[in-house]
Order: sequence, then structure tokens, then C-alpha cells
Amino acid sequence: MKELVVISGKGGSGKTSITASLAGLADKPVLCDADVDAADMHLIMSPEVKETHEFMAGHTAFIDQQRCNECGKCIELCRWQAISPDFVVDPITCEGCGVCYYFCDQGAVEFPENLSGHWYISESRFGPMVHARLGIAEENSGKLVSLVRREASKIADSNANSLVITDGPPGVGCPVIAAIGGAAGVLIVTEPSVSGIHDMERVVDLAGHFSVPAMVCINKYDLNESATNKILRFARDRGVPCAGLVPFDPAMTKSMVQAQTLFEYDPGAPACSAVRSVWSRVLELL
Amino acid sequence: MPAPAGAGMNAADIKERGFQLMIVSVASGKGGTGKTTVAASLALSAGQDVQLLDCDVEAPNAHLFVYPEFESEETVTMPVPVVDEDKCTGCGECVAICQFNAIINLADTIMTFPELCHGCGGCQAACPAGAIEEGKRTIGTIQHGRCSSLDFVHGRLRIGEAMAPPLIRQVRSRIIPDKKAFIDAPPGTSCPVIAAINDTDFVVLVAEPTPFGLNDLELAVETVKILELPCGLVINRSDIGDSAVAEYAARENIPVLMEIPYDRAIAEAYCRGEPLVEAFPEWKSRFAGLYEHIERHVAQKV
Repeated sequence: MKELVVISGKGGSGKTSITASLAGLADKPVLCDADVDAADMHLIMSPEVKETHEFMAGHTAFIDQQRCNECGKCIELCRWQAISPDFVVDPITCEGCGVCYYFCDQGAVEFPENLSGHWYISESRFGPMVHARLGIAEENSGKLVSLVRREASKIADSNANSLVITDGPPGVGCPVIAAIGGAAGVLIVTEPSVSGIHDMERVVDLAGHFSVPAMVCINKYDLNESATNKILRFARDRGVPCAGLVPFDPAMTKSMVQAQTLFEYDPGAPACSAVRSVWSRVLELL
Repeated sequence: MPAPAGAGMNAADIKERGFQLMIVSVASGKGGTGKTTVAASLALSAGQDVQLLDCDVEAPNAHLFVYPEFESEETVTMPVPVVDEDKCTGCGECVAICQFNAIINLADTIMTFPELCHGCGGCQAACPAGAIEEGKRTIGTIQHGRCSSLDFVHGRLRIGEAMAPPLIRQVRSRIIPDKKAFIDAPPGTSCPVIAAINDTDFVVLVAEPTPFGLNDLELAVETVKILELPCGLVINRSDIGDSAVAEYAARENIPVLMEIPYDRAIAEAYCRGEPLVEAFPEWKSRFAGLYEHIERHVAQKV
């Protein structure tokens, strides 16, 4: 079993639309949406949820005013200034470190585990799909990303699926690090803009840092061909293979509005043949 | 004890000190909707005494559109434990308090994993032998620059570093009181966004009128509601999809502050790094008007 993780650095480069299109081209894949705090792939896949699981992670402190003797030790020790002068913990600011709980002489601090979100095992028209929804303003997105990837791999192993296709989160921080470790390869979807290039360079460095083989795909490449050339030169210099160039195509957005992949919406759309060739190149490289 | 990486001067602190200021954050849920375009355009149209802070430290892009001349750079660190093995008795109190598995007992030796440490200082406070000292882990850099009258600050998360929020809080602590501050926030709905937009005076949400845009806008609105912040909506590429975003905004009573239609010329200028309000000067007065609108709205609430 191999896992391809699609990432981008910069958000909005077309990661999810391209991932969904690739899912339709793949032979019996398991799909995984690892963009857990703004998951979108389900809007195209319309998955039928088979199992819903709670995601418990992290803790939040709560001070029982009845037992609190207002000694002030918790306020003194809290490095997040999450405890007000009248001994109320702000759950948004609380880091869940437990220092107040541990040091309270009165046992006045409660420290329950958080229900931080939900994750789902579903069936889509392209195969099984594992996805999640992190609770709003929650932490531990990295843990949830690791969990959905692990579950997708389990399904692939038990059903003898040979490929997991994972839609990754934007950025280079915690959830992205959790999304790429151990993958057979990452496909970096970038766009030919100053910001697309800047953020692509950072994720190429990140993939290198964690020794995950990377390849790039340039979406909307014709919006700025000189930037496209710059990306191609950068990729060549860094030994990152280019999986292909996809032209700007309004069908990409229109298909999303119809909750379809690009190929389902218009198999004759200009971007289709480009995405098809990206897919065959990805399979060669993976 | 030195101040932790997480604790800069936040907006509440600044206000307690009696300064007048205005902090506008620009957020979106979904990435790539035009947050940076809107944040930079607001900053470039809001007149004098303006500061732009790029808090999207994982993918900082605002500098690519305002061309600041960087004047200084500082390294940002977080406190991490360093165990003095000569003093350590192996009692395990530090292991018991750590919620993040950053300090473990392996065959009677205390080992630390600095990259997992949140810098709470619990292990140090718990150690009865005084065997834990505070070391540092570099999480990124903050660069300061200027672009004519605009003061610019951004954070850059070190590649391989997982924790963005402490760096974001440090960037925010560089807010200069008495200036109008604009914050370019990261995408998503979790801790990095909270760190960037919490305690700001107004949140400008930027969305595109597509199913992905709507889904992520709904998440962003829930986030803003939890934080009890006033917000308004800018619909970018307002004619590319469907009307569901506008209908949602009407239902939720979220004012639509501006619509920016799709225009290939705008997209191409963006690709080249040209700020919208300079490539298309007619947008400058619109963004100045948008800022005045926000200012009036905030003044009324106060």
C-alpha cells in the first residue's frame, strides 16, 4: 500500500479539486481528507457516513469556585495568562498544560479531557473515505491528521487497496508535518504567483526536512508563464520532478459548484487531459 | 522567570494601558480566498500611521505585495527543559506533569523531546531537586520593515517547527499602540487562527462564492462567534460560483462589506505581486471607504 499526500503550502491553489479529480482516475483508492480544520473534499465526494467516532484529545482546566481558596498560585504559574483575577479559566486561551491542576493545593482545578472533534469512515462513489471535523477553535489538529491517515491505511491494508490518496492541509506547521510523515510521496499543487512560489519553496523544504519524496504540479500555469518557468527551474535545481501543468479552466470551479469532479462535470474540459497526464506521471514517480 | 514565548502584550493589555488603537484582522477559513489581497489593500489605503502584521507564519505572503525594506530580524525561541543529570534523582515528577510527552523516563534516564514541548514550565516547577533549567528552542524569526509610511512585521515559522501559535503571539506583541494595525491571519479554524484574531476589534472575513468557500466561511463565522468578535464579509471573485455565500450572509446578518468581481487582469497582477490598489487605483478609494466603515462600526460599539 502506498499513500500519496497532496499539499500546497499556500491555500486555494486547487489542491482539493485536483485531489478529487485524481481520486476519480485512480484504481480503487482509499480517500483521506487530512485538512481537518477546513475539510472540503466531502463536498465533492458526498460520502455516506458509515461510522462516526469521537476524537478526544487534550484537556482544559476548570476551577471549582467552591473549593478555590484564591491563593493565586495558578495565576502565578500559568504562562498563558488564561486565568482571570477572579479565578476563571478562559477555555480559549488555556493551553491544556495542567500546571494549575497539578499545583493546586485545594484540588479545586478540574482537568477533563476535551471532545475535540469527530472522525468518520464513509463510502464514496470512488471508494472508502476517512475524514474528520476538528471542533472550532480546537487544538491537536496534528493528532487528528495522524489518526485519519492511520485509519485510511488500515482500510487499505484490510481491503488490499494499493493506494491511499490524502488531501493535505495548507501551511508547513503541525497538521502538515503530521500529514506527510511516512508517505510514499507528496504532490505539491502550486500556482504561478509570487505567493504560490514562495509557499511552494517552503513545502519543498519541509518535504526534504522529513525525507518525503516530493513532486510539483502547477495549476493555472498559464496565468503567468514567467512565474511558471521560475517554478520549473526551482524544481529542477532542487531535484523535484514536475508532474505536470494544468491550465486555468473555469470548469474547475463549475464542477465544484455541481459537487462533481472535473471529469464528471465535463470530460472535454481543457484541464482534463492535463490532469490525466499529471496522474500518469504521479503513478510513474510514486 | 522570563516571559514565555506565548505572552506578548496582547490587545487587552494595550487597551488597559489606555492607548487608543484599532486592530483589524483578516481571516477566511479557506486558504487562497484573497486574505492577503484584502489585508494589504486595507493597509495601503488606510492613510497614515498604519502597521501591517502578517500572522500567517506558515505561509507568509504579505511582504510579496507591499515590498517592505527589511530593517531588522529577530530569532524567536520557546522555553524548553534542560535536565541536569547530576542533580536529577529520577523521581519522575516532571514526567507526571507533562501533558505533551515532551519529557519521558526511559530506563531511569530522563529524556526530553524539545519539539513536543509547549513551554509551560510545569516540569521545572515540579522538580523537587531543582534539576531542570530552561533552555531554548528556535521556532522562527520575526522581521521588521517599512514601506514608505507603512510599518511591516511578519513571522516566519522555521521549517520543521510544528507550533505556529507562540510565534503568532510574538508577532502580535509587536503591535505599536497608536497605530492602525492590520493582521493577515492564517487559514483554518484552529489554534493558529485563534492566536491571530482573538482580541482584535473587527474581523474581515474573505470568502469566495463556491461550495468550498461557503463551507469554510461557515466554520470561520463559528470561530468568530466563539470569540465574540464583530465581523463583516468581503466576497472575492464574487461572480465565479453561485449565490449561496451571499444568501448565507443575509441569513446570518453578516454585512457584505465589499464584492470584488473576478477579473483575469486582477488575477494576473496578483500573480506578479502587484498590490490590487496600485495596479487598479480605483480600488484604493473603495478600500479607504471600507476602512472608514469598519472604524465607524467599531466606534459605535465602544
